[in-house]
Amino acid sequence: MDQLFSLAADNLISPIILSFALGVAASLARSDLSIPEAVAKGLSIYLLFAIGFKGGVSVAAHGIDATLGLALLAGIVLSAALPLVAFALLRLMTNISRLDAAAVAAHYGSISIVTFVAATSILESRGVDSEGYMVAVAAAMEAPAILSALWLVAKGGGEGTKGMDSALMREIMLNGSIVLLVGSFFIGWATGEEGLAEISSFIVSPFKGVLCLFLLDMGLVAGRGLRQGGGILRPGVLAFGVLMPLIGSVFGLAFAMALGLSAGGVALMMVLSASASYIAVPAAMRVALPEANPSLYLTLSLGVTFPFNLTLGIPLYVAVAQIVTGG
Amino acid sequence: MQTHQAKRVEITIEAVMESRLTDALKKAGVTGYTVLPVLGGSGRSGAWSRAGQVSRASGMVQVVCIIKPERLDRLLEGAFAVVDRHIGVVTVTDCDVLRAERF
Repeated sequence: MDQLFSLAADNLISPIILSFALGVAASLARSDLSIPEAVAKGLSIYLLFAIGFKGGVSVAAHGIDATLGLALLAGIVLSAALPLVAFALLRLMTNISRLDAAAVAAHYGSISIVTFVAATSILESRGVDSEGYMVAVAAAMEAPAILSALWLVAKGGGEGTKGMDSALMREIMLNGSIVLLVGSFFIGWATGEEGLAEISSFIVSPFKGVLCLFLLDMGLVAGRGLRQGGGILRPGVLAFGVLMPLIGSVFGLAFAMALGLSAGGVALMMVLSASASYIAVPAAMRVALPEANPSLYLTLSLGVTFPFNLTLGIPLYVAVAQIVTGG
Repeated sequence: MQTHQAKRVEITIEAVMESRLTDALKKAGVTGYTVLPVLGGSGRSGAWSRAGQVSRASGMVQVVCIIKPERLDRLLEGAFAVVDRHIGVVTVTDCDVLRAERF
């Protein structure tokens, strides 16, 4: 327990979290501080490239084994199954419509890559090793949740499958984040330590500073969402936003333990299962389920679950992972 | 200067639907259009802004095309099939163009 409190306290006063808090505070105070859309996209491209590349280098250094394939499969199963859990929980805890519940559920089966990046950064700073291929698991977990949500809508007599066409399928599978993450992972894998040495001054040293700026932007966007859509967060919905990541992390823990992952790997699998998408899934939902309320799923994902995971969730998942693995 | 009557169609739609709309316009025989970024706004779904956004989910674009009046109905039918279920605004205004053969 002391370990958990210590990790949580260290985390709360880290530049990463304080940058996010600054963004939220500035936005809630109606400051005119903003980061242009193009800069935010540039920062996210940098982070995705860096995290993918470093994951690939780690795989090149440590080699691959059968666990990689099983971890990918576990990620796909988790992503497809968690929306079903989230949907049942939403129907139980809230009075939102079936359509909105399915749209929200899709976000909680998919992943937040920034939460993953922040967790990786915290693990690195604490010297906890993790499997490099967890980056590939993150990419594999982006899309299956969307299909589960559309199935839930179709099962209820909605237009879930009507919204799914080949163009949307292509957009989901080849969305920019997945292509960049997987592509840089393979570049890192192919070039290994030598490749990393060539560009480390660009992708290693500035990494945390860029992450701080990106989280400042995330804080600004989350604060704006809370200011404009906060009224939509009824107690049941709010409780879901905190409870669901904890439930998801337990599923992630069970799968990671079954696979025999390291302490870092277990923590990252928990983070992936606990996080909620705010990039790929909202865009897919706007195309496939335009009648679902975007304020609801964006505010929940970015305004409730993301801050929860960033401040309390990640330290909790890391502490639990270290305790259960003895790492 | 000789001018010719034309129709200016402005469709403000979610960014995720842009390629679907422009594909529909092409199918409707529209050979020229302009896509403009929209910085932010407010409507029935509340206020929104592109500032700091990474996801395309909450962005809008405006597709503008100028066509001969007799081609308007076909364009609107094609566009409506795309925008029907989505947030957006479609407006049609009269305008004059200098070179009619280009539209």
